[in-house]
Amino acid sequence: MVTAGIDLGAKTIKVIILDNGNILIRKIGLAGFESKKAAEDLFNKALSDTGIKKEEISEIVATGAGKEEVEFATKKVTEVTAGAKGAVFLFPSAKTVIDVGAEEGRSIRCDETGKVIDFAVNEKCAAGAGAFTEAMARALEVKLEEFGRISLKSTKTIPMNAQCAVFAESEVVSLLHAKTPKEDIARAVHDAIASRITSMARKVGFEKDIVLIGGVARNAGFIDSLKREIDMDILIPEEPEFVCALGAALIGKK
Amino acid sequence: MTKNQQYKTEPLKCWQKAKEIRLNYYRDYALAHEKGGIRWSGGAWSFGAIPQGLGDDVYCITGEPYAASIAWNKKFALRCMEEVEKRGYARDLCSYMRNYWGSVLLDEYVFGGKFPKPDFIWQDHICCSHAKWYQVVKDIEPDVPMFCIDVAVGPYNIVNDNKLDYLVGQMLDGIEWLEKITGRKYDDEKLIEAVYNECRSTAVWAEICVLNKNIPAPLDEKTMYSLYVLGTLMKHSKIVADFYEELRDEVKYRVENQIAAVGNERCRLMSDTQPPWGFLKIFRYLEKFGALSVGSLYTFGLIGMWEVKEDGTWGPRTTPQQKGIEIKSREQALRILADWNLSKPEWQHFYSPHIKSEMMIRIAKEWHLNGVMLHYNRGCEGLTVGIAENRLALLEAGFPVMTFEGNMGDEREFDEARTVARIDAFMETLGFDKLE
Repeated sequence: MVTAGIDLGAKTIKVIILDNGNILIRKIGLAGFESKKAAEDLFNKALSDTGIKKEEISEIVATGAGKEEVEFATKKVTEVTAGAKGAVFLFPSAKTVIDVGAEEGRSIRCDETGKVIDFAVNEKCAAGAGAFTEAMARALEVKLEEFGRISLKSTKTIPMNAQCAVFAESEVVSLLHAKTPKEDIARAVHDAIASRITSMARKVGFEKDIVLIGGVARNAGFIDSLKREIDMDILIPEEPEFVCALGAALIGKK
Repeated sequence: MTKNQQYKTEPLKCWQKAKEIRLNYYRDYALAHEKGGIRWSGGAWSFGAIPQGLGDDVYCITGEPYAASIAWNKKFALRCMEEVEKRGYARDLCSYMRNYWGSVLLDEYVFGGKFPKPDFIWQDHICCSHAKWYQVVKDIEPDVPMFCIDVAVGPYNIVNDNKLDYLVGQMLDGIEWLEKITGRKYDDEKLIEAVYNECRSTAVWAEICVLNKNIPAPLDEKTMYSLYVLGTLMKHSKIVADFYEELRDEVKYRVENQIAAVGNERCRLMSDTQPPWGFLKIFRYLEKFGALSVGSLYTFGLIGMWEVKEDGTWGPRTTPQQKGIEIKSREQALRILADWNLSKPEWQHFYSPHIKSEMMIRIAKEWHLNGVMLHYNRGCEGLTVGIAENRLALLEAGFPVMTFEGNMGDEREFDEARTVARIDAFMETLGFDKLE
């Protein structure tokens, strides 16, 4: 049985095609301003790369903030359900899933089948999301990939406002003016995000094993901060940004 | 007919009457002076039965429902809040209070014309905001006299004679004050009648809420908002008490004939605190899943008066009339009024979130709920304080809980798209798909 999962997120679109649980292809592209067309184009590219025809796909499941834009989807599920399903598929021991994407952070408690028990989502605030790290990397004039790595060099803890991205940005500017090394600022930013995410995740509680998914799970600096903040190990999939798309495709298999 | 309809539905026959009562209330207040009457302003929690002793031509405007009416008019609400903010008041204050102040400052009545200035203010101190609300109004309109009653005597389970004396003493002083500022002679018979009416209307409202334990629910909470509000306007009036009896009889008929509020009911929820008034459509959105809110501690317990019945369930509090008590004096009427109001469920959790959790869990069980939708209402510190504790208690009791942030009166703090996304996720976790 061939199924597809499409995660139309705030910044990127992720497509996965599964054949009886085996991943045939993964595709990622920018959502941009024409996300509906971008999703369709990316999906068609995935089809042509695999040689599979659309009619051969028994279920196309859309998820993500822009799921309603995926008009060709046969089913739509929320990121909460998809994230839990994908994480438990990859790590059957997962009980807590932390999902940090471009614009939103989520924490999900689930059972061994991937059924959601409880969830929390960050409120109207960017301080716990990937877009914030991008903005801070720009402020420090380092590439996003470097931003995570350089923070690992720091051993200093600099308190920063963890409640508001706007205030945090002005603090970064102040730190730059105070000639604070970039690695220390980078760590301070990651600590602030980790603190924000942890505070949200505590609402639903931590139960082992904890899995981190979403694009921000590629950021080594954030992972380090989060581990220190919660003082627990965290499991990270190889392709963390694809987990919701994977979960959606798995839901289509049912 | 709704999708996947399994129960019949029909509009409430007395709906129009409810709308008329509300409309007349605001009109009568505005036009009171033209008929030689008196206008007073105060909270919906205030002891409204007491000023009734001044005569039948005494009309009130209760601040919270008036402010909620403003909230529903988003354009005017924004103007009210911007006016208040221009004067330097903080944006995180009670949004009802800000809407009310804005209307006074703009000198505009949301129902048209200039804001009808009250002859006096009759308030009680149920929370920090209520304590300050009319103090600021008096700063804006210094010539309006104000009387406030301190009601902070603790939860009902520790109320004793001394605490009742404290309230009754203030009420007696209040009556002397009312006579002095209005120049009218106080009529105890009218007070007694108003107390009887208040006990009757608030007990009958609870009776109506009890009927919602039935499946399908005869009323949904969005509809109940338009009905309970009459109690917040004038719970002491014969008009409201009589109307609630008429409504109760109609709701009983709906139960007997399986007439549902939502024809595709399959998921029962409750909310908490005031909703975001400008976005009541989220309650209609629930119906896409066959879900409805059957009420809340707020809708049941702000106006309804309750007691634990012999079988251990929650039911309407037995009124003095039902107990055969005849009120013969001013003091007796005031004591009954004080005792009655102090037992109000919504009054209890100002003292402890645990008391509120107990009541919420009781509702969740007795009203057969599938889950709970908590509004983290940034607009009301009084009713929202402790709500995170309530969430934990409900979860521990086995009820799934969804939270959403918003504001009852300030639409700038409500994110509709995000709230809808949360409802989607919550419904999925409960196992309910959209009914297509």
